[in-house]
Amino acid sequence: MALLNDLAKKKEGLVNGHRLCPGCTHSVIMRQALAAADTDKYDIVIAAATGCFEVSTGLYPYTSWNVPWIHSAFENAASTIAGVEAMYKVWKKKGKTNKDIRFIAVASDGGTYDIGLQALSGAIERGHQFLYICNDNNAYQNTGNQRSSATPFGASTTTSPNGTIIQGKTQPKKDIMSVLEGHHMQYIAQASPSNWRDLMDKVKKALDVNGPTYINVIEPCTTGWGFPAHKAIEIAQLAVDTCVWPLYEVVEGKVVINYKPKNKLPVEEYLKPQKRFAHLFKKGNEHLIEEYQKQVDKHWEWLLKREESGISY
Amino acid sequence: MGKKVALTGNEAAAHAIRQINPDVVAAFPITPSTPIPQNIAQYIADGKMDTELVTVESEHSAMSACIGAAAGGGRVMTATSANGYALMWEMLYIASGARLPIVMAVAARALSGPLNIHGDHSDIMGGRDSGWIELVAENSQEAYDNLIQAVKIAENKDVMTPALGAFDGFNISHSIEIWEMEDDDKVREFVGEYEPLFPLLKTEEPVTHGAWAPPDWYFEHRMSQLKGLLNAKDVVVNVGKEFGKAFGREYGIYEAYKMDDADYVIVAMGSVCGTTKDVVDSLRDNGVKAGLLKLRLFRPFPYKELADVLSGAKAIAVLDRVSPAGAQGGPLFNEIRSALYDANNRPPVINYSYGLGGRDTQPVHINSVYDTLKKIVETGKVEKQFDCLNLRGAWG
Repeated sequence: MALLNDLAKKKEGLVNGHRLCPGCTHSVIMRQALAAADTDKYDIVIAAATGCFEVSTGLYPYTSWNVPWIHSAFENAASTIAGVEAMYKVWKKKGKTNKDIRFIAVASDGGTYDIGLQALSGAIERGHQFLYICNDNNAYQNTGNQRSSATPFGASTTTSPNGTIIQGKTQPKKDIMSVLEGHHMQYIAQASPSNWRDLMDKVKKALDVNGPTYINVIEPCTTGWGFPAHKAIEIAQLAVDTCVWPLYEVVEGKVVINYKPKNKLPVEEYLKPQKRFAHLFKKGNEHLIEEYQKQVDKHWEWLLKREESGISY
Repeated sequence: MGKKVALTGNEAAAHAIRQINPDVVAAFPITPSTPIPQNIAQYIADGKMDTELVTVESEHSAMSACIGAAAGGGRVMTATSANGYALMWEMLYIASGARLPIVMAVAARALSGPLNIHGDHSDIMGGRDSGWIELVAENSQEAYDNLIQAVKIAENKDVMTPALGAFDGFNISHSIEIWEMEDDDKVREFVGEYEPLFPLLKTEEPVTHGAWAPPDWYFEHRMSQLKGLLNAKDVVVNVGKEFGKAFGREYGIYEAYKMDDADYVIVAMGSVCGTTKDVVDSLRDNGVKAGLLKLRLFRPFPYKELADVLSGAKAIAVLDRVSPAGAQGGPLFNEIRSALYDANNRPPVINYSYGLGGRDTQPVHINSVYDTLKKIVETGKVEKQFDCLNLRGAWG
């Protein structure tokens, strides 16, 4: 890992002037990812899915991107980058470039867990070289906070609202990491911008794999989740410290947990600062928090057991 | 020298793609165009072409990968039909909006439901406003020739618009015909090298592809795109002439078959034109002034040229291989009729749906159309503006 001093001097791939909300972590995550890329060794080309990050950074006639970047639609970041990567193979073969180029596709949970899952699965199975980064903000935030399969249990969104008889989303969040594990990639990981060295290590590792890799990153959303703009990184840290968002890698099928909180905090610590969970703290809804805690504990225990077993593919 | 071969329309398309040898093909199999990606895969496996084939998991991803590859910087082709084309729909607009000169072979087929795998024009007519150039072939020879020309048309700097070469599913895609296959080097020489304008892979000059356009820019983008599409008309003619010089078969935007003094005219596209030509010949033998206007270029629609060539007719029947779907008639009918509105002479125009879902259209049906046209001229009356050919029971 480079020194902070050196990183600060590095040419930025995503520059200022974009239109993301104050306190949004999309740009934080991408800047960490691009800082991690060893751009002395290779160049980066990015494909983005439609979403907050895309509309805020690629608005004609402006662009915030200082690296080659393409957006085409919502559900196809993976198949779009697959096409670019296929053309790169041709350029190499025909001697049109002698550069080492590595590819990143970036989408949020809507474009990954839901509408883009098929394209992602196909591109992984075909073995294209690309790192897919999912900035998981737990709902369709670009259209104004509708529930996705990444929305956690109990969260109130505009299509899973808290009401008088239903209290937010009734289903648990999809375990996308397990879905992707089934593709037997060499490297997949879960990361958080709060633990930036860990995130950067993961990006660097993933980009060095000659094949598909995946990193799932928690992307706290100030407007959708309902917390003050300066709290995003704190919220991410609370997700990590409550084990709502475990930091781990799956290397050739082997689980490596990168961070085990010394004091595993109760989920309330994570839920309380967010308006989307406010109703869970109303009298009579205690069982919903208990259920939330149960789901988190179950998953964490399962991960610990996976790690302990040490099994790989 | 080229050689005469007896092969199917799909094989004609596959050979055209092999000879063009595009940088990338991304395709997903669907009847009746499946043999195209199959043959391409075999050519690659046998070292006969060195295209990078991306065997995607859906047609949506096929067109998405084509877009990524073309923006990456190079020549890109694909093939599809029917529901596959429909699944690409969103991406068809994005390909043309991004001004990426992708070329696609379409074995035209009916859209579900009910499920039907046979030929008609529901797919390419449904996508007619997606901003693509649409060339329609009468036979395997034209399917082959059109794809080769489509590359040059689409990549022309004044056009930079994706193009599809359509041919009727099964009628052409699966029928063996004798056609002339040109030499590989001649075809490669004809299409030439393609220099992409803003390749993503030129990382030293980073570009942004696919920025979104708010209300103060979207309109200008669409109109600039339209200019490129409209420019294709003259380019189609020029490339058709060049093709004639290179290979002896010249093409225009339409073929006027015995139209010079024709009173009774059928306007159609695709394989039905072969049947219609036979009927025209026998009617001519009997002194009936029948003619056929076979349209080759449907998008951009050459309305002025068509009005000029049609305004001398006494009565016109337009054959649409789709359902009018609630419009006054089929899309070809509406466009032809609209084109004639400004002509000095406005002959009556009637419309037929025919051949839906692979329904056979035989000389007897085409003859009945000419009979109706004669009756219209004799009586001065149009009894049915819209009718169907070879439909069980009478329409309307």
